[in-house]
Amino acid sequence: MKPVYLDNNATTRVDPQVVAAMLPYFTEQFGNPSSIHSFGASVGAAVKTARSRLQALLGAAHDHEIIYTSGGTEADNTAILSALEAMPERNEIVTSKVEHPAVLSLCQHLEKIGRAKAHYIGVDALGRIDIEAYRAALSDKVAVVSLMWANNETGTIFPIEGLADLAKQHGALFHTDAVQAVGKAPISLKDSAIDMLSLSGHKLHAPKGIGALYVKRGARFKPLLRGGHQERGRRAGTENTPGVIGLGKAAELAVAHMAEEQTRVKALRDRLEGGLLQRIPNCFVNGDLNDRLPNTCNIAFEYVEGEGILLHLTRAGIAASSGSACTSGSLEPSHVLRAMNIPFTAAHGSIRFSLSRDNDDEDVDRVLEVMPGILEKLRALSPFWAGDDKSGKEFKPVYA
Amino acid sequence: MWDYTDKVKDYFFNPKNAGVLAEANAIGEVGAIACGDALKLMLSVDPESEIIREAKFQTFGCGSAIASSSALTEIIIGKTLDDALKITNQDIADFLGGLPPEKMHCSVMGYEALQSAVANYRGEVWKDDHEEGELVCKCFGVDAGLIERAIKMNKLTTVEQVTDYTKAGGGCLTCFDKLEEILARTNAELVAEGVLAEHDAYRVGAADPKKIKEKAQAAKERESLTQISPLAPASPLPPLSAGLTNLQKIRLIEETIEELRPYLRKDGGDCELVDVEGSNVLVKLAGACVGCQMSSVTISGIQERLMAKLGFPVRVVPVGRNAH
Repeated sequence: MKPVYLDNNATTRVDPQVVAAMLPYFTEQFGNPSSIHSFGASVGAAVKTARSRLQALLGAAHDHEIIYTSGGTEADNTAILSALEAMPERNEIVTSKVEHPAVLSLCQHLEKIGRAKAHYIGVDALGRIDIEAYRAALSDKVAVVSLMWANNETGTIFPIEGLADLAKQHGALFHTDAVQAVGKAPISLKDSAIDMLSLSGHKLHAPKGIGALYVKRGARFKPLLRGGHQERGRRAGTENTPGVIGLGKAAELAVAHMAEEQTRVKALRDRLEGGLLQRIPNCFVNGDLNDRLPNTCNIAFEYVEGEGILLHLTRAGIAASSGSACTSGSLEPSHVLRAMNIPFTAAHGSIRFSLSRDNDDEDVDRVLEVMPGILEKLRALSPFWAGDDKSGKEFKPVYA
Repeated sequence: MWDYTDKVKDYFFNPKNAGVLAEANAIGEVGAIACGDALKLMLSVDPESEIIREAKFQTFGCGSAIASSSALTEIIIGKTLDDALKITNQDIADFLGGLPPEKMHCSVMGYEALQSAVANYRGEVWKDDHEEGELVCKCFGVDAGLIERAIKMNKLTTVEQVTDYTKAGGGCLTCFDKLEEILARTNAELVAEGVLAEHDAYRVGAADPKKIKEKAQAAKERESLTQISPLAPASPLPPLSAGLTNLQKIRLIEETIEELRPYLRKDGGDCELVDVEGSNVLVKLAGACVGCQMSSVTISGIQERLMAKLGFPVRVVPVGRNAH
């Protein structure tokens, strides 16, 4: 039986066209792009082409606004540390409670060592940012605002362009972790107030170990890694040329598949989500239904624990992920679901399905086929389920 | 995912004795849904011989919690209450071929449920009722009695082990001082009983205080993240386009697309407004625009034009023929 992979927000399969584009850069075009001889020059040209493909994907004004990094985490760290160094007269960071650990852990560390003060903006029950709290946190002491474009767990999209405009009014640099959004949601940076944007290759069918940081022309920037003159002195270290070429190819494919993400993939997600909600009582969607990535579906199943669902799914050849405590080694559910104030009855049983263009109707059918049985089985074991109307006819969600 | 033994997996996928026991005359309940695991153990005890004739369970929890509960019922069926009470959480873990250290609290939960059920049968009050023992870990509702029993039964000698076995300290860790004190006191008792070597016993402050402080600090920081400012769940965000009605918005969008159309047509393409959902403008690209690798450039062009015209951010989303 074909395995069903529905964990594309964790990582994606490298597109075979990306692999084919990369291969020559291991053995034939192995030169160092900084070298002057012909081995280096042809690679240098390919690196430039890749850059212009990323420029097109992001709707950036200039190709030199793209700096290659080792991935999303390096891009996030570079952006925030650069802003603090470039704006010595300011020492505050504004971010949210639902950011990726690449941003959250760094901010907590910077607070601990006394380097900066961080404001963590809350979200409502749908994962939407508290705009009033955000406005209140902004001041001329803020060096950088770092907010994610789309949430990795729920897919909820923040109104990033508008949030960037607000930050600009206070002269702060604006960074967005767009690791989940790039390739899935249309992005146009050219006329936005966004100064920096992080992206990661392996979330868009390129390999792991390559990513990029967009830095708007004219934005103040201080490098994280010092050494060589690569990336115009903004990121030292010999380029990961096969990775760069792969990322460029993946960007080209993402542009070509953008409409498909918004239509076919979204339709698959909607069918999966609708099917689960219809077949299984006492469950609801986590996230903002009106503004969400087209590929992400996070459902909370009441009265069951997520690890049990995942074990059953794994046995059925289906890969998904969970915001529950037991799967992570921590004893508490995910920080995103807690920030949304999702009650414990449901947070422990939250499952994320994340799709990509590699998925088809058969994958959705398989999940719809096995999930009702899994839930029935686990709920029959649950001491909290007994007494409820198991037919779901008089479905009264404990939380909605 | 955890590295579970085949037996844990087997007892999770095919749990024995799961469900409600209608004729139960001894019931033990431990845990709570908020803590992430809970177990209800139901026994049918023969009043003459005090032999456990039947045992069933219901568990909310992870794979190892369900497997541990099922294993417990298998172990105790056919035993007298007195013999059953001799079973330790380690016996449950051993029956399953071992549990990952972080999951040992699942076996402790089984042990606690059994003690509670027997107390229920005998008309006693199980010590686990928090009125008698001091509530130490508020995050997971763990009292001093349970912690002491787990330390004694498993000869625990570090605070980390106490967390693995009881969950106490797994949240905010503000109870660290208390855990340390209980651990040191109970270890001293074990030394006095001659079951623990003195150099193995935990002493207050033996753990690297800097490391502990860092850990507690990190936990506190995590905690501070969860203090969310209350927001009415249903209150919608103020619309970005406060000044315009939906109809005015749609008219403006249509006008803008109309202005752009000649340029699109020149390249053999076309664009049609499908719908407006909040700040998302759904459009259908037609003609040469379909499948064109430059279509995202076209879309960002339209988006840019719309934002300039409307004066607030919108996102142009291309949709296919069959959507909507």
